[in-house]
Amino acid sequence: MYAFDWSSIPGALPFLWRGMKVTFEITVTAIAVGIAWGTVLAILRLSGNRALSWFAASYVNAFRSIPLVMVLLWFFLLVPAALERLFDIPRHEDTRLMSAMVAFALFEAAYYSEIIRAGIQSVSRGQASAALALGMTYAQAMRHVILPQAFRNMIPLLLTQGVILFQDTSLVYVSLLADFFGVATKVGDRDGRMVELLLFAGAVYFVISYVVSTLVRSLQRRLAT
Amino acid sequence: MISIRNVSKHYGKFQALKDCSTEVAKGEVIVVCGPSGSGKSTLIKCVNGLETFQQGEIVVDGTSVADRRTNLPKLRSRVGMVFQHFELFPHMSITENLVLAQAKVLGRGRDEAVAKGMKLLDRVGLRSQADKFPGQLSGGQQQRVAIARALAMDPICMLFDEPTSALDPEMINEVLDVMVELAREGMTMMCVTHEMGFARKVAHRVVFMDRGEIVEDAQKDEFFDRPRSERAQQFLSKILHH
Repeated sequence: MYAFDWSSIPGALPFLWRGMKVTFEITVTAIAVGIAWGTVLAILRLSGNRALSWFAASYVNAFRSIPLVMVLLWFFLLVPAALERLFDIPRHEDTRLMSAMVAFALFEAAYYSEIIRAGIQSVSRGQASAALALGMTYAQAMRHVILPQAFRNMIPLLLTQGVILFQDTSLVYVSLLADFFGVATKVGDRDGRMVELLLFAGAVYFVISYVVSTLVRSLQRRLAT
Repeated sequence: MISIRNVSKHYGKFQALKDCSTEVAKGEVIVVCGPSGSGKSTLIKCVNGLETFQQGEIVVDGTSVADRRTNLPKLRSRVGMVFQHFELFPHMSITENLVLAQAKVLGRGRDEAVAKGMKLLDRVGLRSQADKFPGQLSGGQQQRVAIARALAMDPICMLFDEPTSALDPEMINEVLDVMVELAREGMTMMCVTHEMGFARKVAHRVVFMDRGEIVEDAQKDEFFDRPRSERAQQFLSKILHH
């Protein structure tokens, strides 16, 4: 019988908290940039311009057909080299956090754009007609009439995707970046208490994800009424 | 004011509009009627470019709608339109519905736009509803707000696309009353509607459509008393018998 020993966790909490801050930072940036870029992609996809629509569709299909962990690895390897070449940033500078945020944002944008596209299409065509008939341009109709209604319909789905993203950020362990999961494994390794640390980390991910999901569900019920 | 010349439209093989021509002079009220699927709504949506057409020409106040060089948003801002399903913006209060296009399209200041909106709400008898949202209003009230919203742009003419078809019977008259008043004030109006009472009361001419064609385009009395085509006679006998 394995003897559990949780004693290394209390002392490690400050490190774990620092890791959690990195995790939140990646999650929030990826959600914000992902939704913004995803909105642009969705609008391009629906624009009726064949070239723009093709670009957006290809982007979405490409990112949805590649495993996330591979995208992350490419970015860890490519972005530092690119930064070095373009901006003369020396290679030993730590760009792992930056490249993780860029990779997640670009990857998540593909998923967000599909949610947003469905949201835009859920607003009836008559709304766009009414906006255009009042003399608004396509862009004004989108901004003032279509998107506000689309986002209202989509909020639960966007948040749910955010919860998935929050869990997926643990994949940055491939770059040895000290996010919450990364710190947990480092502490476990240092103290020879990997099982305890992994269980603890899992419990933390579970509690945060479960609480947010529950909040989303109750929000969904309130929006539905 | 509105000149429709030999307009044809097809979706693939289906011909939605077949060589349609008619005119609406300034101050004139035209009622467009006909069985469902006859192309009435399609025709009226071509007038402000919400629908495109392949052949012919539509000129509104000297501007060709289908011309690539035409500033379509600008033209539309001068042509009011009222829809079957009202299409108020549900995420905005009644006031904001009235103000939005005035501010964003015409560049009016907020105070001016609100004042104008309130004046028109007063006119359609809904001043007290200004702070509510569209979902809190009855269908008839929503449609009256939609008319006020269109009028807030100071349009040179108004298009009505079956404005009472989605309403419960007891609400039809409150909307028709507003339209009758508008017609009597000399507004140029093109109305797709089945309300023959309205047509009798204020229309100058009636355009009858069937299967994408304008079958009859006659003075009101002539249309009701001596319809020439058999299809118009049939239509009238069906619609007027109850």
